[in-house]
Amino acid sequence: MAVEVKTMAELTAAGQKPDVLFWVGCAGSFDDRAKKITLAFAKILNHLNINFAVLGTEESCTGDPAKRAGNEFLFQMQAMGNIQVLNAYEVKNIVTTCPHCFNTLKNEYPSLGGNYEVQHHTQFLQKLINEGKLKIEGGEFKGKKITFHDPCYLGRGNGEYEAPRKLIEELDAELVEMKRCKSKGLCCGAGGGQMFKEAEKGDKEVNIERTEDALEIKPDVIATGCPFCMTMMTDGVKLKEKEHEVKVFDLAELLAKGI
Amino acid sequence: MISSIIFIIILGAAGFLFYKNVAFIRRNIMLGKKVKPSGDSSERWKTMIKVALGQSKMTARPIAGFLHILVYAGFIIINIEVLEILIDGIFGTHRILSFMGGFYDVLIGSFEVLALLVIVACAIFLVRRNILKIGRFHKPEMKKWPTTDANLILIFEIALMMAFLKMNAADQVLQARGVEHYINAGSFPVSSWFLVPLFESYSDSFLIFVEKAAWWFHIVGILAFMNYLPYSKHFHIILAFPNTYYSKLENKTQINNLESVTNEVKLMMDPTADPYATPATDAPVEKFGAKDVTDLTFIQLMNAYSCTECGRCTSECPANITGKKLSPRKIMMDTRDRLEEVGKNIDKKGKDFDDGKALLGDYILEEELLACTTCNACTEACPVNIDPVSIIMDLRRFLIMEQSKAPAEWTTALTNIENNGAPWQFSQSDRLNWKNEA
Ligand code: SF4
Ligand code: SF4
Repeated sequence: MAVEVKTMAELTAAGQKPDVLFWVGCAGSFDDRAKKITLAFAKILNHLNINFAVLGTEESCTGDPAKRAGNEFLFQMQAMGNIQVLNAYEVKNIVTTCPHCFNTLKNEYPSLGGNYEVQHHTQFLQKLINEGKLKIEGGEFKGKKITFHDPCYLGRGNGEYEAPRKLIEELDAELVEMKRCKSKGLCCGAGGGQMFKEAEKGDKEVNIERTEDALEIKPDVIATGCPFCMTMMTDGVKLKEKEHEVKVFDLAELLAKGI
Repeated sequence: MISSIIFIIILGAAGFLFYKNVAFIRRNIMLGKKVKPSGDSSERWKTMIKVALGQSKMTARPIAGFLHILVYAGFIIINIEVLEILIDGIFGTHRILSFMGGFYDVLIGSFEVLALLVIVACAIFLVRRNILKIGRFHKPEMKKWPTTDANLILIFEIALMMAFLKMNAADQVLQARGVEHYINAGSFPVSSWFLVPLFESYSDSFLIFVEKAAWWFHIVGILAFMNYLPYSKHFHIILAFPNTYYSKLENKTQINNLESVTNEVKLMMDPTADPYATPATDAPVEKFGAKDVTDLTFIQLMNAYSCTECGRCTSECPANITGKKLSPRKIMMDTRDRLEEVGKNIDKKGKDFDDGKALLGDYILEEELLACTTCNACTEACPVNIDPVSIIMDLRRFLIMEQSKAPAEWTTALTNIENNGAPWQFSQSDRLNWKNEA
């Protein structure tokens, strides 16, 4: 199914304004697995006739990896560039499927002149469900065991543990928790720039440790809310040769299947 | 009379020594950069009351948390007794507060119960550390002194509480016998039960000796303990309060924006700026990031002195769990050790002395810094709101921006961000291609 996506430039040219900007992020734009999450979320937005837009080719990396890798210069260059674009379009509301973009836009842009109402897609979707706008036809996941791997930048980082779990309930699925969850959730190993380099010397990969947490409770689905967690958990499940029994999905994908 | 004089001399000496040591630490902390703490002061007070006074984060581990609250409450409350000891010591009186009558009995009685609980809790702590060998107490950074320190504190506390009970036991036997000076006061639910039977057969003079000896041991022990604090992780009993007051209150994964960088970036992006203009002031060029403790903020340095070395951070750290060198506790211990060293150098060899060493490289290695995922499991776990991540980030910044020591893969990713706005080599003009891949 094709998705209908307008850019800010197109809307502006037509004299229109979106209600919300969908910040896609680098992974969401280029990573093959993450692009499916982007599409699933866009599909939900289309389904609900939400007036949204993307920056498209005017979007650039938020600078999160640069900042975490210690290059504050590059981070601020990226940030100021993005803020110029966002402010020129008078963007007020942003939703994003990446907790790293979410954290940076929400917390680190304001003092550089970028003030927006920023939501993670799970928060955005939960609100739509609460307002009765988004209805999920259960079915596919009814009675299935789903566990949620908290992305550090959404959970511990920004205190959002509930929205993703509400969505799982909405699927009529059985929410099962790993022994390390919510504020004690274990990192997938990708943050802080680790995604972009080999791990330091040690005796195990972090994503294996985390995948074991998940496999221990024998879920049917491991749900995530972050493109980097997605990579890490998918790789972990593959390495453990469990990819036929346990699927890894983003919450947007799970919901998109039910509309 | 003589004993009053001796007491006052000991008290004065202990007070002076303590003052000197605290002044040393205070000065060291103030070597850090001044920064505006986060939030407003009412929020900061609230955090302090909740986290330090209320021990809200301790109970994340129920057993250790519960035992710790016992010791903590015991110690604070039993200190009311120290007030009486001080007055008695200075004026040569005995149980000066006993005029409170029934209330005094309740006080002494509850002190005894608490003393017993403190002894039991400390004994369990010793078992946990030395017999059960709980993992977080036996990491590489816990060799030698830190382990001795932890055991010394526990033994000290047990000894102090035992002295208190012994003193009460001898006292009550003497009271019962109507010996002069030993007025009838206090109730002794604990010592009457297991110590008094042992004491009853002894003579008055021997018991008077025991009572006096225990009294002196108790108070001199407390004063010695107080002077031990500045050399120990136990200093957290004082610094936990200001430290939590200065907690980071922003969202955990928010990393501060360096203002020095903002200024330069603004200049670079300002089309009207003259690139060849020399800076208006001769202000020394600011370093980006931190190389040594003096590049850190006073809050980060206070963090280091407040660390209880409990290792809750390290035991939750994904890097440490998977065998990497990084341990957030070690980051804090190294910062404190280095700061002590810098402080001593200043005192001995003057303010500008350079020992050629630094926190980065001589204490904390690149390999440790590079292993952090910034997941904030450590800051979440820390019972006194220490923020090891901010130190890791500041050292990383120096490593990358000043020493250009980025791992090759990072350099590639960052070059990509610079050139095409994504950490991978995809053209920015392809950023919307996903929409046609449905
Ligand atoms: S933020 Fe870094 S140091 Fe702290 S727990 Fe996570 S990986 Fe370890
Ligand atoms: S930083 Fe906090 S959690 Fe870590 S050892 Fe020190 S006091 Fe414990």
